[in-house]
Amino acid sequence: MNTYEPPIFELSSPGKCGVALPEVDVPASELPASLLRQDDLDGMPELSEPEVVRHFTRISQRNFCIDTGMYPLGSCTMKYNPKLNEETARLPAFAAVHPLQDPSLAQGILRLMAELQRDLAEISGFDAVSLQPAAGAQGELTGALVFRAYHLDRGDPERTEILVPDAAHGTNPATAAMTGFTVIEVKSDARGNVDLDDLKRHLSPRTAGMMLTNPNTLGLFEEEVEDVSRLVHEAGGLMYCDGANFNAILGVVKPAALGFDFMHYNLHKTFSTPHGGGGPGSGAVGCTALLAPFLPGPRVREVTLEPGEDRALDRTETRYELFMPPRSIGRVKVFYGNVGMLVRAWTYLRLLGKAGLRQVAETSVLNANYLRVQLGDLYPPAVDRICMHEVVLKGQLDGVTDIRTLDIAKRLIDYHFHPPTIYFPLIVPEALMIEPTETESRRSLDGFVEAMREIAREARETPDLLHAAPTTTPVRRLDEVGAARQPVLCYQQEQGCF
Amino acid sequence: MSSPYIAITDADRAEMLKRIGVESVEELFADVPEALRFPFLELPAPLSEPALMQEIQRMGAANATTRTHRLFLGAGAYHHFVPAAVDHILRRSEFYTAYTPYQPEISQGTLQAIFEYQSLICRLTGMDVANASHYDGGTAVAEAAIMALNVKRTRSRILVARGVHPHYRAVLRTYLQGQNFTVAGDEQPGTTLEETLEQVDETTAAVIVQSPDFLGRLHDLRPVARKVHGAGALLVVHFDPMALGLFQTPGEVGADIATAEGQPLGIGLNFGGPYLGILTCKQDYLRKIAGRIVGATRDLDGNPAYVLTLRAREQDIRRERATSNICTNQGLMALASTVYLSLMGRQGLRRVAELCYHRAHYAADQIRQVPGYQVRDDLPFFKEFVVQCPRPAARINAFLQELGIIGGYDLAQDEPHLENAMLLCVTEMNPREDIDALVDALRKVG
Repeated sequence: MNTYEPPIFELSSPGKCGVALPEVDVPASELPASLLRQDDLDGMPELSEPEVVRHFTRISQRNFCIDTGMYPLGSCTMKYNPKLNEETARLPAFAAVHPLQDPSLAQGILRLMAELQRDLAEISGFDAVSLQPAAGAQGELTGALVFRAYHLDRGDPERTEILVPDAAHGTNPATAAMTGFTVIEVKSDARGNVDLDDLKRHLSPRTAGMMLTNPNTLGLFEEEVEDVSRLVHEAGGLMYCDGANFNAILGVVKPAALGFDFMHYNLHKTFSTPHGGGGPGSGAVGCTALLAPFLPGPRVREVTLEPGEDRALDRTETRYELFMPPRSIGRVKVFYGNVGMLVRAWTYLRLLGKAGLRQVAETSVLNANYLRVQLGDLYPPAVDRICMHEVVLKGQLDGVTDIRTLDIAKRLIDYHFHPPTIYFPLIVPEALMIEPTETESRRSLDGFVEAMREIAREARETPDLLHAAPTTTPVRRLDEVGAARQPVLCYQQEQGCF
Repeated sequence: MSSPYIAITDADRAEMLKRIGVESVEELFADVPEALRFPFLELPAPLSEPALMQEIQRMGAANATTRTHRLFLGAGAYHHFVPAAVDHILRRSEFYTAYTPYQPEISQGTLQAIFEYQSLICRLTGMDVANASHYDGGTAVAEAAIMALNVKRTRSRILVARGVHPHYRAVLRTYLQGQNFTVAGDEQPGTTLEETLEQVDETTAAVIVQSPDFLGRLHDLRPVARKVHGAGALLVVHFDPMALGLFQTPGEVGADIATAEGQPLGIGLNFGGPYLGILTCKQDYLRKIAGRIVGATRDLDGNPAYVLTLRAREQDIRRERATSNICTNQGLMALASTVYLSLMGRQGLRRVAELCYHRAHYAADQIRQVPGYQVRDDLPFFKEFVVQCPRPAARINAFLQELGIIGGYDLAQDEPHLENAMLLCVTEMNPREDIDALVDALRKVG
């Protein structure tokens, strides 16, 4: 399939501009000669609008996306992104508002943020929410900083260790290290839970807290999560919930009730805001009243003004205002967060309501378990028990030795499915982490099952098909080693990039 | 009625449960402690699509927008023109409903767009390497500082100029808190760049400067680079991408790391986000940079292709030894700026920079003539400048608000030594008649 589209620089020719811009309508002022750039913007492309639109449309067609097919990328919750969200977020009343204009001129958007804080807190059982973090990883960073601030505030500066299960997302240990903590890895047991004995061995007066994903990265609900929380708390530590897998338990259980003190929500997973080819996300965080004073800000709050207070009111009035929590760790981002994503999440929540949320969790878990039983006889599950919203299988087919998970994943592409997450969690050999989400139909689930079973047959009978896959794509497998050994990271005028 | 986003029917469910071997969906949640299962949730009732649209429009009516008001406010978020074609590309499902391009064979669109973004940013800035983007200007500054501390491992101090946006300085301190690093150089209001530079010593890993600075002023950074490099430290330059249509690039002045808020490049105001963190560096520091990077390569048949590369720096591979914890970046916003830069091109970028510069200077010249108002112009400026008013900026702004004008940023909190000062911003979105209306209004308020 030859759909090659040259780099945009090769489509450029001097003299074109793709935008009709105003003329300078004021007298020209003198420019400070010594501060001007020297190169006259050499090498910036020059194209007409239709050329630019065609270029980006053509390259877009070289992408697989949720709107073209099932995208069961485990841990990423690639559910359908409702079109209504895209409309509400683009309303000028929300998209064309300056973040520093007087709050009296932004009451609508502040109200939306206050409602989202309230609803996220209710769903998770927490007392306070900050919408500022830009992504899940930044939510984690926020949590680690809040944990330290809390311990320091209590006069306990020796708590320098964060416990992280061996199955955790890479962001957990990376976050703990980035914020200056020592990372202590805790083993998983045979049922895929945190190994309580190993946990006990690592708990000490140095424990600042534990970061735990629940359901965990094996797609399993931590059966002893209450014991884990109790042990960590008894040791003086705090419990962080990585909310990457929150989709499975929406309306089913509140993380705060399980003993968590703090969590991040991935609004771009659980609350349907689009992944955008790698962002923007939104990593709002929630916590207990104990930790609320340390949250990043500004946050939004509702204030009620009674007649006679401050101003001449003739009736009670509700206002929304920005405030900084009293012992805040500070800002983690400019302004208030990825507000465009907040509008989308608010839209999703209000459309679904309480019953809709529970239906999300129930259907995502139903779909994952359906795939587990339909495929588990060929692809062994990492742990054989009822799973939550995703199932981790092994690409180890009985009697097949020269096929790896990578080959299975690449062959799935030829069947027009996005491959699952592969080789994660790290503790499962040849892992295939499959998360269908609640928005897939029975027909697409059955299509996926059929493709996976067909691939298992091919692995035995025609393994070369798997080794050569994919063959139906704009490009075939890539030279990734060469790319890293001699990096070409931008287009050069003389030699291009290939 | 069931949710419009769910396709599983009651009949499907019954059959699927049978295959799974359970009686009910509830049974699938047997691992969840029973006493805590299915709690009561105090949430608003669901809304239909038309009712929801009405509700949110009603809420939105309480917001002033660039459509309802004349805006002269910048201070880190800018009202620049976004060509219609930008959003039409962003609305393509192929881009916005895909994720990080882990499977390059079916992600060439996203990968090529990021590669072109990196290339355009390098050309615009004169820097060697750009990553696939960061959350925003503030977090890009913080990551630049962490990068510098990783390059200069024996040094533990970051100097930051007072002219760096107060939010960026705040984010920087948040990121580095509780570790054995110090951030200094900006404590006193009114500290000049020269005064900050005098504090450079052998413990300084990097000096962070901004030009145009928070008060809109352009600095000649060549002598700054000499001084910083002379002390063995790295120079981090935070710039306004719009100013590069006319003014010195970070590459030209010798920046080691350069960062920017990319929001002016085709991204709306959005009440502060999503924006775009631009992070670039010299070739020498390539392996210390945070975040995703795309490289050009070939496939098995020799066809040109793109792929995520230098992955050994990243959290999902290297875990606690990664250069940063960043995973998701601002992919779609990077795409917006790529389309924007392609549409504007060489001529458009220059024209917008000229419009900002000349209109801002026209506005300054007119305001200078209003009795009681002074313009601070000790240094050249680009699109923002400080006006000292005859009374507190908040009171002037309240008056302007009644005339449908959103005035400048009130500097009382950040720079209290500048009495009654307001930071005004003028862009290509403020035509001459808007500027004249502002000046008339200031004359009225006196």
